[in-house]
Amino acid sequence: MNTFRIRKREEPWKWGALVTFPGALLFSLSICALLLLWQDKSIAQGMQVLWAGTFGELWALEEALLKAVPIFLCSLGVAVAFRMQIWNIGAEGQFALGAIGASWMALAFPDLSHWVLIPLMFLMALVLGGCWAIIPAFLRLRLKVNEIISTLMLNYIAILFIDYLVLRVWKDPSGFPVSPEFSDGATIGIMFGRMHWGLLLCVVCGFVVWAFMRFTRLGYELKASGEGARVARYAKLPYSFLVLFVMGVSGVLAGWAGAMEVSAVVGRLQPSIMAGYGYTAIVVAWLARLQPLSIAVVAFLLASLRVGAENLQIELQIPAAYGVIMEGLILLTVLAAQFFTTHTIERTREGDE
Amino acid sequence: MSFELIIALLAATVHSGTPILFATLGEMLTEKGGVLNLGVEGMMSVSAFAAFMICLTTGSAWLGLLAGGVAGLLMGGVHAFVTVNCLGNQVVSGLALTILGGGLTEFMGTPYIGTSTEGFRPLMLPLLSDLPVLGPIFFRHSILVYISYILPFLFWFFMRRTRLGLAITAVGEMPAAAAAVGLKPRRLRWFAVTAGGFLVGLSGAYLSLAYTHLWTTGLSGGRGWIAVALVIFAFWRPFRAVVGAYLFGGVMAFQLRLQASGTDIAPQFLLMLPYALTVLVLVLSAWRGTRRSQGPGALGVNIEPEG
Repeated sequence: MNTFRIRKREEPWKWGALVTFPGALLFSLSICALLLLWQDKSIAQGMQVLWAGTFGELWALEEALLKAVPIFLCSLGVAVAFRMQIWNIGAEGQFALGAIGASWMALAFPDLSHWVLIPLMFLMALVLGGCWAIIPAFLRLRLKVNEIISTLMLNYIAILFIDYLVLRVWKDPSGFPVSPEFSDGATIGIMFGRMHWGLLLCVVCGFVVWAFMRFTRLGYELKASGEGARVARYAKLPYSFLVLFVMGVSGVLAGWAGAMEVSAVVGRLQPSIMAGYGYTAIVVAWLARLQPLSIAVVAFLLASLRVGAENLQIELQIPAAYGVIMEGLILLTVLAAQFFTTHTIERTREGDE
Repeated sequence: MSFELIIALLAATVHSGTPILFATLGEMLTEKGGVLNLGVEGMMSVSAFAAFMICLTTGSAWLGLLAGGVAGLLMGGVHAFVTVNCLGNQVVSGLALTILGGGLTEFMGTPYIGTSTEGFRPLMLPLLSDLPVLGPIFFRHSILVYISYILPFLFWFFMRRTRLGLAITAVGEMPAAAAAVGLKPRRLRWFAVTAGGFLVGLSGAYLSLAYTHLWTTGLSGGRGWIAVALVIFAFWRPFRAVVGAYLFGGVMAFQLRLQASGTDIAPQFLLMLPYALTVLVLVLSAWRGTRRSQGPGALGVNIEPEG
């Protein structure tokens, strides 16, 4: 009788990702297709609508690019932190604080021109988003507070803070829980179609992060510190500084994503900007194995999945959470499938063990 | 504040602390086996929905409770498969589970928003419920609360006095050593994660069947994350978990009362209280903690296959 034995590969399976990734994607999609039956919808029709909303039509691609911007920026930030094994789950809250900072400036100085106001908005987004991320970093260094939980709790607090602001402080005259609309000076212009100039900032940020990780001493130290605080201190690396630094970068990037969302996409502060981009960003960072270029590709892919799911909601009244399910499933299956790139299963004869 | 109000507040503390206690003990069991499960929040909401659905369709609160537990167990099984068998990163797998659970619950639950169910009603314990002060605080709740009184003792006994509990502790501390004395680390971790998932599932069932009796979105509302934090606060000991769970129950009950009393403080700030307290509690546990209060030695570390 044959039995099976698991063995670690001597070298990782080089092209394994090309097999496991599509495999995991296919598996997740099949489960999601079955979920359509729960809603009494036809699978064929559902998949057709999903396709139209992802890659089938031009408007969908444009919409996906628009959504990929905040996801990419947040993901770039968390990936830098993940490199150091700092689990920043707080992109969502840092995004919120960035949006708040930008809105604050936009509403306080509506008459300033583009050239002054927009930099001011991004500066305030940088300060608030960065601070919101530095708090958990500081708590971790000084008081050993687990950053997974503290960043997450700060997300809940930030979202409630937006609710408070639009209900009490910046309430729109219309009475709805939204802030007044921003002036023209606070609005980022359109580059093409519906895409705003923020895309350019994404490209710059992506390039800077990539170059930083690859060519600078600090970037190298940062990767080396991923082995843990003790190793880093033993190697005389500035561990505490690095933790504050990566969290700061994370917070700034997520904060800028928030600033763009209120300035270019929505034009005001409102609770619905919290669409979970910060959580999608974590999925993206992990799927892209923390590589900036891959993050750009995966951010676009998951953004188009979101657009596809929204299309399903509009056309077939399928709850928008369908897209969230897909994200979770894809991450789980890819995580499980990675096993095959590092291990093999081989047959052994009975009694060999 | 009048005396009656304080009694009512304390009773509400027990009422809202109970689901947190179930979830904390569930996560504690999982972590004792060396597996960190950050999926508690997602598991809680899925099991709340499963319990609600089954109770609604069968009319039996007990079947609902069982469904909640089984839903938690199954999701725990997914986490166990990914981390124990596929050696996936425990943090990422747990986060994915939370994302998946939140999505599934919203997807399936949306048509039922606003639907109510009978669930578990308060059960006056004879004699005990008539005690002055203690009666109204502790003995006029649903039967799940009474179960939660016994649970920490059972947990302690299981971990410290049974062979299985000690084996789980060993695997959580040092899997290689445990394997060397003939224990089966993988199988034990599977047990810890799924049994812990079952307990988390019960907490979800409590939320929909005994707490709100009504289906709404975001029912778990961060309680899963609070449970993860409380395991650290409790130093992985069941009786300290009781203190932590009631602390949070108290804050939640207090902020609800305050909102109802029509205070000037914006409700958003009151709603922030439990989340701010979670961070504070972690600060406190780091400050009070000693070497003995550290978690299991192999927590978060997967077991590589030999050879």
